[in-house]
Amino acid sequence: MAIDEVKIGGMGARQKRVEDNRFIRGKGNYVDDIVLPGMLHMEILRSPLAHARIRSIDVSKAWDIPGVRLVLTGETLAARNLAWMPTLSYDTQAVLATDKVRFQGQEVAAVVADDPYIAKDAVEAIIVDYEPLPAIVNPDQAMAPDAPLIRDDKANQPDNKIFDWEVGDREGTDRAFTEADHVSTIEMHYPRSHPSPIEACGSVADFDRSTGKLTVYMTSQAPHIIRAAVAMVAELPEHQIRIISPDIGGGFGNKVPVYPGYVISILASILAERPVKWIEDKTGNLISTGFGRDVYLKGELALRKDGRILGVRMHTTSDHGAFFSDAQPSKFKIGLMHSAFACYDIPSAHLTATGVYTNKAPGGVAYRCSFRVTEAMFFQERMVHAAADELGLDQAEIRRVNFVRDDDFPHRTPFGFLTDSGQYTKCLDLGLAAIDYEGFRREQAAAREQGRLLGIGISTMTEPLGAGNSREYDILGIKMFDAAELRVHMTGRAILRTGAKTQGQGHETTWAQIVAHELGIPADDVVVEEGDTDTAPFGMGTYASRSTPVAGAAVSMVARKIRAKARKIAAHLLEVSEEDIEWELGRFYVRSAPDRGVTIQECAMAAYSNVPDGMEPGLENHAYYDPPNLTWPFAAYIVTVEVDPDTGVWDVLRVVAVDDCGVRINPMIVEGQIMGGLTEAYAMANMQFITFDADGNCVGSNYMDYLLPTAWETPGFELHEVVTPCPHHPIGAKGVGECATVGGPAAFVNAVMDALKDTGVRNIDMPLLPDRVHQALTTGQDVSGAPPVDPEAS
Amino acid sequence: MTSLFNEVAPPASDDVPTRRVTITVNGEPRTADIEPRLLLAHLLRQGLKLTGTHTGCDTTNCGACTVLFDGRPVKSCTMLAVQADGHEVTTVEGLASPSGLHPVQEGFKDEHGLQCGFCTPGMMMAAKALLDENPSPTEDDVRWALAGNLCRCTGYQNIVKAVLWAAERLGGPDTEPETEEAS
Repeated sequence: MAIDEVKIGGMGARQKRVEDNRFIRGKGNYVDDIVLPGMLHMEILRSPLAHARIRSIDVSKAWDIPGVRLVLTGETLAARNLAWMPTLSYDTQAVLATDKVRFQGQEVAAVVADDPYIAKDAVEAIIVDYEPLPAIVNPDQAMAPDAPLIRDDKANQPDNKIFDWEVGDREGTDRAFTEADHVSTIEMHYPRSHPSPIEACGSVADFDRSTGKLTVYMTSQAPHIIRAAVAMVAELPEHQIRIISPDIGGGFGNKVPVYPGYVISILASILAERPVKWIEDKTGNLISTGFGRDVYLKGELALRKDGRILGVRMHTTSDHGAFFSDAQPSKFKIGLMHSAFACYDIPSAHLTATGVYTNKAPGGVAYRCSFRVTEAMFFQERMVHAAADELGLDQAEIRRVNFVRDDDFPHRTPFGFLTDSGQYTKCLDLGLAAIDYEGFRREQAAAREQGRLLGIGISTMTEPLGAGNSREYDILGIKMFDAAELRVHMTGRAILRTGAKTQGQGHETTWAQIVAHELGIPADDVVVEEGDTDTAPFGMGTYASRSTPVAGAAVSMVARKIRAKARKIAAHLLEVSEEDIEWELGRFYVRSAPDRGVTIQECAMAAYSNVPDGMEPGLENHAYYDPPNLTWPFAAYIVTVEVDPDTGVWDVLRVVAVDDCGVRINPMIVEGQIMGGLTEAYAMANMQFITFDADGNCVGSNYMDYLLPTAWETPGFELHEVVTPCPHHPIGAKGVGECATVGGPAAFVNAVMDALKDTGVRNIDMPLLPDRVHQALTTGQDVSGAPPVDPEAS
Repeated sequence: MTSLFNEVAPPASDDVPTRRVTITVNGEPRTADIEPRLLLAHLLRQGLKLTGTHTGCDTTNCGACTVLFDGRPVKSCTMLAVQADGHEVTTVEGLASPSGLHPVQEGFKDEHGLQCGFCTPGMMMAAKALLDENPSPTEDDVRWALAGNLCRCTGYQNIVKAVLWAAERLGGPDTEPETEEAS
């Protein structure tokens, strides 16, 4: 009698995605596809220099070009108090430069014209007279006593330091180090990277003076946050602001912040009284928008001889560029770096962090991770790997010895987070069996006899996903929760809206599956809408793998409210008391007479045609969900490689991934997320990075310099799963979208380091380019820091 | 005749030289007066409203703008529209036939070969070009043929499966096209 949940596309169904129906026909609706009547086009002039004083800007030749409607400079904005805007981390950021440019690619002027070609011509015609200043391109330079001051615009900013921050137990950790048999020390740099979705950023701003309404179509992962920001920055009434995120061509954190281009397009539309479209080009995206990483670590582990970790010390120095505009819960200065070592049972840990300004692009976004946890887990797994080698311990064993045990939950991590569930050893052992760990070790030893270098790398980690709860997590005071709204129509079909915003994660499919699970309404009968702040309920948006943990939970909760009302209607229809009603998927029935029942669809019809006396008609509701805690998925990634000793080129042999992200709503989509994350992990380990020359010129400003892996070099992936339901999530799910990007890089690097174990080399900083590996092989020395760029070249 | 941007504003200046081109797009001859510097991608997107062709990188690297030019895959963001005068161009909008989706399209959906969808049209056009030339490719053939198209979401594994799925469908005994609704 009961419905087959998988058949209706409920939990666990490998439901094909509904959004694909438009994408495979070329009918997606991305920002650049939007055309409004009378629309103008905006182009931004960017600074060619990393650090320079602006002597003058001559825009007269731009105005001379027919078809130019507006030319905007910092002066235009300053007259309206818009030359600077607040960042998400309590700093300020220039919208258009007024005094100095502080990084290459900074926005200096903007032109609005009848078509984008004219706008580009006009931007070329603007003449800026710069007085070059010395560029600061790394933290050492930034903290030098005689360093030029980057932020001379700020009062009380005597040097280039942004913050010193500290978390953990200093005394307890010091004690652990005095008691240790061995102290393992390692220094590393996690290079600057860029999320680089294939679609760059853009907006279409449309201010209607007759109604006072501002509508902005934009590439935003968090449209409600943008609405609040616009209301506060531009001092427009929030109810007159409508932010619409249409289809988004990938985000990965890059599309969380407010960028100058959005703000300028809004002002331009207000001034021109016409819609204004701004579409960023790839170089603009790569050199000016939110980057990820760029953190230096000094890490120390206090160990017993048997590999038991007694204490952890970490000091990070982070390079935030010219403006501290990290997108993160505002009070955590270096994000959730202190989530490091959460999967290990360690008595004490202490982290100090220093952040500095440099003449590089601002941003510090969570690039496919939950606020710096990518760095945290990479550092963790590299530290553990190095320590095991020093102690002569097996890489799997040192992890087993330190794992939090299955019966030790809830567990307080060394830095104070509370984890709730997991089967860490089971995951690792499943991965080891899948890759035939012992067999590979034998193969590796045999290969070594022939001068071939094989390596195996393990990375295990649990990470905090799904910010908040609202007690601890907020952005500029806005608490981190989410909402969902569900309307069931009289024929039993439904529309669901949430405050999240899909950028490829498949919410339109997945959320309908949750409704199917809770109500028995087939997933195909539920349409999902997101991204329009006039229609969607409030939400903090989609990043930090928080959609399923927070918005997905809200979907569950609102469906349960609907079910509770439907139960009353069912009692009325069946003429029994509510207490005598039982629920099975899609149907209420009388406990004593199971054949007497009504379907959820019949209840929906009755909600509009036959409600009991005194009941409000209709079948719709909303739910705000404030999660009790973060979710803590676990993953074990194991990679094998062969390094060519003559060239330093390394090939990936196998990649085994074991993910425990709790209950999987749509396994197909989950697997897609994991494979995508593994690819970005491989990319960062192998080729993908942004660096700067001594003059602050960005190396990595286009896809010829910023290398992304193609189908040809990307390895195949072997996926496995363990399911430990999240105890506090309504459907037992945990976040997953970022696990592989977070945990993956260390597996690749550890594999190469394992292959090089006999050479005495302990560390090569990412990316492990062939020349760097070759250098390590030939010198027997570590290779550290960002790949060098000839300091004489400029 | 399609005169680019004429629905938005009058031509910027009478001085701007234009050239008349006729391009067969998705089987239909289209004539336009265009600036010689206009890129093919922009003619397709803004002029002909065929917005399925995306521009991702502007430097011929990402392949989101891939279309078929006389049957061969080209990146339309670095080709001038005037170069297409007298030629045939097929975009993603021309992939499906009246009777149903192209197997490549079905394959991408069936094998979860897309996430954000932005690279998908270019990826599918490159895949179609491969299958037109090589109806039974190996996995390596597929990976090599798609090496000019970047995807940041999927990790390619499912894209490769999607193309192999389509190859099997095209070559298999059951070549009856499915209706759009059945997909």
